[in-house]
Amino acid sequence: MARVVFEHVTKRFGDVVAVRDLSLEAFDREFLVLLGPSGCGKSTALRMIAGLEDPSEGSIRIGDRVVDEVEPKDRNVAMVFQSYALYPHMSVRKNIEFPLRTRKVGKEEREKLASEAAHTLGLETLLDRKPAQLSGGQRQRVALARAIVRRPDAFLMDEPLSNLDAKLRVQTRAELVELQRRLEATVIYVTHDQVEAMTMGDRIAIMSDGVLQQIGPPQSVYEKPGNLFVARFIGTPAMNTVTGPVVPEGEGLAVAIASSRVPLPAPYAKAVGDAGLTGVVIGVRPEHLTLASEGLLPATVSVVESLGHERHVICRLEDGQMVIVRQQSSEPAPGEGSMVRLATDLHHLHLFDVHTEQRIEPA
Amino acid sequence: MTFSGDSGTLGALADLGEADEAEARTPRQRGKRFGRRRRREIGLAYLLILPSLLIFGIFVFYPFFRNFYLGFYKTPPFPGLPTRYVGFDQYSNVLTSQDFVDSLKTTVGFALLTVPAGIILGLLLAVLANQQLRGVGIYRTIFSSTIATSVAVAAVIFGTLFNPVVGLLPWIGIDPKPPILDNPNLALFGVAIITIWQTLGITFILMSSGLQSIPDELHEAAQIDGAGPVRRFWRITLPLLSPTIFFAVVVGSIFAFQTFGQIDILTQGGPIKRTNVLTYFIYKTLRQDSNDGKAAVLAIALFAITFVLTLIQMRVLEKRVHYGR
Ligand SMILES: Nc1ncnc2c1ncn2[C@@H]1O[C@H](COP(=O)(O)OP(=O)(O)O)[C@@H](O)[C@H]1O
Ligand SMILES: [Mg+2]
Repeated sequence: MARVVFEHVTKRFGDVVAVRDLSLEAFDREFLVLLGPSGCGKSTALRMIAGLEDPSEGSIRIGDRVVDEVEPKDRNVAMVFQSYALYPHMSVRKNIEFPLRTRKVGKEEREKLASEAAHTLGLETLLDRKPAQLSGGQRQRVALARAIVRRPDAFLMDEPLSNLDAKLRVQTRAELVELQRRLEATVIYVTHDQVEAMTMGDRIAIMSDGVLQQIGPPQSVYEKPGNLFVARFIGTPAMNTVTGPVVPEGEGLAVAIASSRVPLPAPYAKAVGDAGLTGVVIGVRPEHLTLASEGLLPATVSVVESLGHERHVICRLEDGQMVIVRQQSSEPAPGEGSMVRLATDLHHLHLFDVHTEQRIEPA
Repeated sequence: MTFSGDSGTLGALADLGEADEAEARTPRQRGKRFGRRRRREIGLAYLLILPSLLIFGIFVFYPFFRNFYLGFYKTPPFPGLPTRYVGFDQYSNVLTSQDFVDSLKTTVGFALLTVPAGIILGLLLAVLANQQLRGVGIYRTIFSSTIATSVAVAAVIFGTLFNPVVGLLPWIGIDPKPPILDNPNLALFGVAIITIWQTLGITFILMSSGLQSIPDELHEAAQIDGAGPVRRFWRITLPLLSPTIFFAVVVGSIFAFQTFGQIDILTQGGPIKRTNVLTYFIYKTLRQDSNDGKAAVLAIALFAITFVLTLIQMRVLEKRVHYGR
């Protein structure tokens, strides 16, 4: 296994910049998730590691080797495609053996390794079938078996679970992580699903429009989103973000939301004051909001969604901005159309510059 | 296949329209009504296929059976004398005659010269033109362009190229003696080359579309799995292209067995019958020898060969060389 490093990699397709100045390292034996909405350049980044696309600028290393001039077949990485890309004319066994055949592994060794891989993924009884005779989940396993059979330096996976139904996806998620730990593999995993990213990744790299937004362990990305994009992308329901001008309030500063004032805790007020910001975006996760009579912000309940174990109360502030409150089912439900007040612990606040959209750290 | 699918849809649509009403009725009423509706539908179906049935009847079925019938009658040696019923004797005589066997050999030889070479060449060009290169579209257009030339045009072009005085060979300093199309050993090659060239466009298009139907990801996966271009061609491209190749072989063979234009224009079956393929043999028997009976038997033989090829094609293509999604 080996680490994978991007150094200032840019990829253009004509006028489209698919990946812009990406610098990133996947550590040895790390499960790194590339996360972002569709079209943000995740697949392109992954394909550049495999050598299926050449960077327009910059350089990629696998282990200690710069691979810019290395053919895909000589890069010693394995890839699992979203469509699985199984060879339709070959049996499961032949599919799994294919990477070994191309590397001239002897018959005996080949059969032994293929059986091991098949065993690891529970495919023993399916070895003589053709891919067309398999279910989606089984095909996915064959694709994985074909990837692990030859101990590559790194595994590249491009949305490998997105063709499975929801239940199988949850189960396979855990199995994939188990497999990665057991093989001590370096995995670079592409997904647009932030739940997959949060649950599977040692670290998550979030991309938008070809630009890396933030990289870090799931919890730290969740707790300290570096900018508005990350804040809104990670977490379901998404973080509430309301925008307002900064106004003086007694000794300190506050953010004006319609007729109300949200006072900024002193360290934030200092940071905002020092930077001379006139407007900010306040972010609060839905689980950090409560409906309380002494709350700061008046709002009208527009819809109440019940999910069984919890409840999402969707409210409108006086100026029309939407805010979601997450409640336990045991709490009393507000009636739709009723007036409520929203409260939060001020240390749960996230603050972003309204222009740069960057996180404001308390001074 | 397509036909049964269509009629299925038609039936389903009709069912859909009456489903609500049908639900409210008792089973017996429904059965009665269904019967009437069914009869109406069948009537309509026959009405709809009547025009094509007529056309097929007049231009295909009638001539076919008429031909079969003509084969039972021996054409007299001089015009004006009555024809004589000989039944299957004429079939066995003609089909065992040296003339026929020679012509059949020539035709098979012609197919063997044109079909494999044509497919290999078409495949080669298709693989080359399938690369993602700038300006490759120009080549695609050039390679497919022969589809827009007629047999006659191709024959004239190559007739000129093969010309012993103003052709290609004298131009590069070779003096072919006798000229290719007059050389008993080379004439069939000459006609084969024209045919390969003329069918290259369609073969190229067929192979290209076959190549494009192979998902890119399979090539990419094979690349990552360590396969170089040569192995990818043999292990991925060729197996996945086998249905297309098979189709091209069968259809190409049928085409080869029906070749006529270039022979008629360039060699008229000669020299010494070395290009006397079945179609030309039939034509000559009918036109020059005015031997209707014999020509009819030859035509039936050609039909039988084509028919068998078609059967093989339908059987194999529907059954074997087909990989699910
Ligand atoms: N081969 C290509 N040619 C042209 N544009 C491409 C190509 N591949 C990707 N792109 C463009 O690059 C951007 C990123 O694509 P991609 O990496 O596939 O995104 P993602 O995997 O995150 O959905 C998109 O705008 C896409 O249209
Ligand atoms: Mg993608």
